[in-house]
Amino acid sequence: MDKHKNHITPVSTYLKVGGALLVLTGVTVAVSFVHLGPFNLVVALLIAGAKASLVGLFFMHLLYDNKLFATIFSISLLFVSVFIILILFDTLTRDAIYEQKAQPIKATQLIEKPN
Amino acid sequence: MTQAISDSVSYLDEPKGIKSWLFTLDHKRIGILYMWSIMVFFFIGGMMALIVRTELLAPEQILVSADAYNQLFTLHGAIMIFLFIIPGIPAILGNYVLPLMIGAKDVAFPRLNLASWYVYIIGSLFAIYSLFSGAVDTGWTFYTPYSTQTSTSVTAMTLGAFILGFSSIFTGINFIVTIHKLRAPGMTWFKMPLFVWASYATAVIQVLATPVLGITLLLLIFERVFGIGIFDPALGGDPVLYQHFFWFYSHPAVYIMILPGMGIISEVITVFSRKKIFGYTAIAYSSLGIALVSFLVWGHHMFTSGQSELAAMIFSFLTFLVGIPSGIKMFNWVATMYKGSISFESPMLYTLSFLFLFAIGGFTGIMLGALSLDVHLHDTYFVVAHFHYVMMGGTVMAFLAGVHYWWPKIWGRMYNEKLARISAALLFIGFNMTFFTQFILGTKGMPRRYYSYLDQYQPLHAFSSYGSFIIGIAFFIMGYYLIHAIFKGQRVGKNPWGALTLEWTTTSPPPPHNFEQTPVVTDGPYDYDRIMIVGDERVYKDGPEEGKEIAKEVDSESKK
Repeated sequence: MDKHKNHITPVSTYLKVGGALLVLTGVTVAVSFVHLGPFNLVVALLIAGAKASLVGLFFMHLLYDNKLFATIFSISLLFVSVFIILILFDTLTRDAIYEQKAQPIKATQLIEKPN
Repeated sequence: MTQAISDSVSYLDEPKGIKSWLFTLDHKRIGILYMWSIMVFFFIGGMMALIVRTELLAPEQILVSADAYNQLFTLHGAIMIFLFIIPGIPAILGNYVLPLMIGAKDVAFPRLNLASWYVYIIGSLFAIYSLFSGAVDTGWTFYTPYSTQTSTSVTAMTLGAFILGFSSIFTGINFIVTIHKLRAPGMTWFKMPLFVWASYATAVIQVLATPVLGITLLLLIFERVFGIGIFDPALGGDPVLYQHFFWFYSHPAVYIMILPGMGIISEVITVFSRKKIFGYTAIAYSSLGIALVSFLVWGHHMFTSGQSELAAMIFSFLTFLVGIPSGIKMFNWVATMYKGSISFESPMLYTLSFLFLFAIGGFTGIMLGALSLDVHLHDTYFVVAHFHYVMMGGTVMAFLAGVHYWWPKIWGRMYNEKLARISAALLFIGFNMTFFTQFILGTKGMPRRYYSYLDQYQPLHAFSSYGSFIIGIAFFIMGYYLIHAIFKGQRVGKNPWGALTLEWTTTSPPPPHNFEQTPVVTDGPYDYDRIMIVGDERVYKDGPEEGKEIAKEVDSESKK
């Protein structure tokens, strides 16, 4: 890559981003004391996602570098989500099997013949 | 100029000494280091297979106890998968010919390349250590909960596989960057040989999927050592989750094994049909298609594991999609041969074996992907036969096609063609005797991994074992003539097969930096419709009058 294109991030930006990360950490702790039911998890994940994005964009230079790197980074996230989503298809719907199979065998079922 | 090239030193001669080999940064030498080390494990894994098959000649004990039998088939699987077939084609042939094929002096990161070999050796030492410290009896898949409870040396073996994963990732990174950055002037993406495309698709999977194997095996080790409970229901874990983790890597890994093999087939089939490849772009894109789909189908290994019905249906449907890109390749290869001027030298014999055997392996894979059928065939010899048809009938046959095709380039000497044909024929016969029989055994209900069996299965088991002995003989013949060729084979010129890819434009064996001058690519890799090789030189059929005449003469001579 062309050396002239290398972006030098000013220290002030790093400090600002670092500050934002600290603030978001504080928010995470604060939110944990508020009871939102299942949304506690959603909020925590959103804050964590925002923090990870800040780290990726500024500290890892994805914002300034060749967009190929950002693309590859996003693809890895895509693969993680494929992995998790397809596993959820399994774990979230497993009851369907067990409900049918866990029923006690009725005497009538044993007598009944297919024809 | 030609004289100058043929007089230049080869990479085999300079520099000299064992140190120059152990610290070499030359991709060709690293390929050879890989070759010897991988062949050692192929030999060990193969001998284990022969012991297993001998034991199965009869239901009673013949050679080994039941426990030793469990360890032998596990080690056969683990060694063949992690130490032979995954690194096999990329690390040996890929390392050797990929830079040559794209006209580069070396791979992008030569030191990383050497490091990958050392990492491979370290990983294999762990595997060897596990052999002597109780071996492993879990099957190569290390399924929980048994793998967390058995007293055998699971930790050492999985740690070995974990380390081997890094070697695989290093090679993958190296190939991706090499292909992006080091192609010779004029070599656009669609002028790359198809082996390079296949290696590229493989490298992408290596880099994306292998870390998941690392995570899985580390979790398994933590489970064994610290009892963290992620796979243990008593602690809120889920043993089926292990299978999800394991197959999320190991299914794409199957394509790490087969894709570079398919690349070799594309090369060999065009050269020995003297015809432009049919559907170049379709073959190139289908490699990437296979790489993509490979990540979405892992659940088909788990139809009977207790996975939900919905997930099983989704995975079954997605599995059928793999048939499309694989089918595209098969049809294109067959169409390439159509009206070609086919010659049956040994690389082509292995390629034809591949076409037959991989077709059977692929079709039975679709059968196993069908939910209703899989419930019956799961964990029977049908599955064993299926994956040996794909892995041995597919990948190993393609690997052997590549070895025979590039052997004269690697050593500058030719092997005994007659023995090569005999061994190819023996291998084909022995292979089908061994594994086609196992399809029948499987449909008759013989479960895999069993030490003993009902008497009714004995004739088929015995027939299968006799077949495996023929395979053994074929490999011993092959070992003999290939090693003999290194020292005493007839010397060959630059281009003994008359191929058009770049590795055949340099001397055999090549000089340390591959090419005297950086090649400039003007022709496609398979332009047999307009170029032919006479001696070692290219003659353009559509070129000046002189060229046309030479072409005609050679044509008529070859017809006589």
